[in-house]
Amino acid sequence: MTQDLDSRPVVGTSAHPGTALPRPQSQSAGDTPTRESGMVFDVTDLAVHYGAFTAVREVDLKIRPNEITSFIGPSGCGKSTVLRCFNRMNDTISGARVEGDLRYRGVDLYAPSVSATQVRKHIGMVFQKPNPFPKSIYDNVAYGPRLAGMSSRSDLDAIVEQSLRGAALWEEVENRLKSSAMGLSGGQQQRLCIARALAVQPDVILMDEPCSALDPIATARIEDLMQEIKTKYTIIIVTHSMQQAARISDRTAFFTTEVSSEGDRRAGVLVEYDRTDRMFANPADDRTEAYVTGRFG
Amino acid sequence: MALTISDLRSKRQVGDRVFRSATLAGGAAILLILALIAYTITNKSTLIFRTAGLDFFTEKRWAPSADKPVFGALSFIFGTAVTATIAIVLAVPVSLGLALFTTQVAPKWLKKPLVALTDMVAVVPSVVFGLWGIIYLAPKLIGFFKNMHNWFGDWPILGSLFGKASAGRTFMTAGLILAVMITPIITSIAREVIETTPQTDCDGALALGATRWEMITGAVIPHSAGGTVGGVMLGLGRAMGETIAAALVIGSSPTITANLFSAGDSLPSVIAFQWGEATSAEKRSALIAMGLTLFVLTLLVNFAATAVVSRAMRRMQGAS
Repeated sequence: MTQDLDSRPVVGTSAHPGTALPRPQSQSAGDTPTRESGMVFDVTDLAVHYGAFTAVREVDLKIRPNEITSFIGPSGCGKSTVLRCFNRMNDTISGARVEGDLRYRGVDLYAPSVSATQVRKHIGMVFQKPNPFPKSIYDNVAYGPRLAGMSSRSDLDAIVEQSLRGAALWEEVENRLKSSAMGLSGGQQQRLCIARALAVQPDVILMDEPCSALDPIATARIEDLMQEIKTKYTIIIVTHSMQQAARISDRTAFFTTEVSSEGDRRAGVLVEYDRTDRMFANPADDRTEAYVTGRFG
Repeated sequence: MALTISDLRSKRQVGDRVFRSATLAGGAAILLILALIAYTITNKSTLIFRTAGLDFFTEKRWAPSADKPVFGALSFIFGTAVTATIAIVLAVPVSLGLALFTTQVAPKWLKKPLVALTDMVAVVPSVVFGLWGIIYLAPKLIGFFKNMHNWFGDWPILGSLFGKASAGRTFMTAGLILAVMITPIITSIAREVIETTPQTDCDGALALGATRWEMITGAVIPHSAGGTVGGVMLGLGRAMGETIAAALVIGSSPTITANLFSAGDSLPSVIAFQWGEATSAEKRSALIAMGLTLFVLTLLVNFAATAVVSRAMRRMQGAS
């Protein structure tokens, strides 16, 4: 596999000067990242525990820039849990504990000096259920930029338009920016949530089953959109639909649950991680083959 | 065995019919009682309106035992408004802070005791609050009032609000007691409304890089504003109608003044204290008319609350 690591386009201008995390465009500018690999995420021996329960363990992954990586696997295999490590959303769950090494562009995401709030300004997230705020369409998109301190009306107008265009929603809503986001259809709401994430000018977008509440037409629109925006962003998507993973992603990670060697509790593990075409055509692991051919799960 | 029509007939029909009649009867009884109350107190207060007219509402003096008795409700309406306002101003920030703290900030182990404690304040009988106000709070407050007057007496607006204090039983004392009494109800309503904020909304805010405080102001407060206003209005209604606690600490001396450290009186308090010695038909009618006034005022507050809540709900849905 060849990766042209320098082809990454510059994503807007940094809205967060002075953060500990490097912006993508500055990665070669001598921020002295501890382990520069050209990867967006570099995960080594990751394990997540909720209290005494181990949700997932022994995960090793490298996420490449400007690709769509999908996480597939049966329920309870820990794929969403791993996804929520990347923007430290697991921090909000009491009792959650993350072990192992998780590097974002060379920076240890769980280092004590790294703030989860800042991480999330670089790594956006779209959730399973469309969750626009009960505010106007405009205010939904402007929420993130306003948090970052943007207050100029013209700047906000520009970024709202740019983000809505980026999420392929502008034409449908440009005449009703002031009306409620709750009046949009489910598919429109989900694209609004994508626009809301884009407005923060993130580097990575995490998607946790973004289409599972949508009909096939809305799903197709979101999938097209993902293909359009992957030139600018790195996308990781958790999906229950193998067809979706096969359609949209460059790489696929297959997780499953397994009885751990020392105990009798089941925990999620990463079985196989490879190019999507190879994963579906010629999986290396029997369990992957059983899953993708529908014999299990 | 052949199927007969009775096999298909719903067995619950009788139960349903009984239940429907019972609820209908209950609802009708409430409306009937409300109508009776409205009728009786309106009817009994016509005497004072016939003699005093609308002057009843604008007359400051209350001299029922004078040779030429004067019946004016204004100073009692004023006292009710002032004490309820003090109570709301003091109770709302405390209640909202407490509700946000219990739901958003407090660690799990502290949550239950906090909820239990606030609910316990709600079950203290109001006469106990009043007694505590008389024997403990009022004497302690005199010094505090004097200090406030010394510090702020020369300030433009505060100077007139924090005037000379002569006793511990004042508008401010009553307002304070009322504030303590309505804090639990506002807190528990606000808490329940805040807890209805969907976790997905909070996650959405956090995922955009919001801090916990930004999540509260951005996701939790917009979601719960309408219901919280409703809770505050409910508290206001309670503060206006509260009788015995206010009666014991307000000083029972009808006054209209900007000085919050002055003794005053309120509508429910004067009714409670003077009803027993109200021998003349006119005085009785005047007291009943004050009850009617209070009734109408609380109704207005409730209507206002409903209007505010539904408007807030509409705005929350973004229809503005």
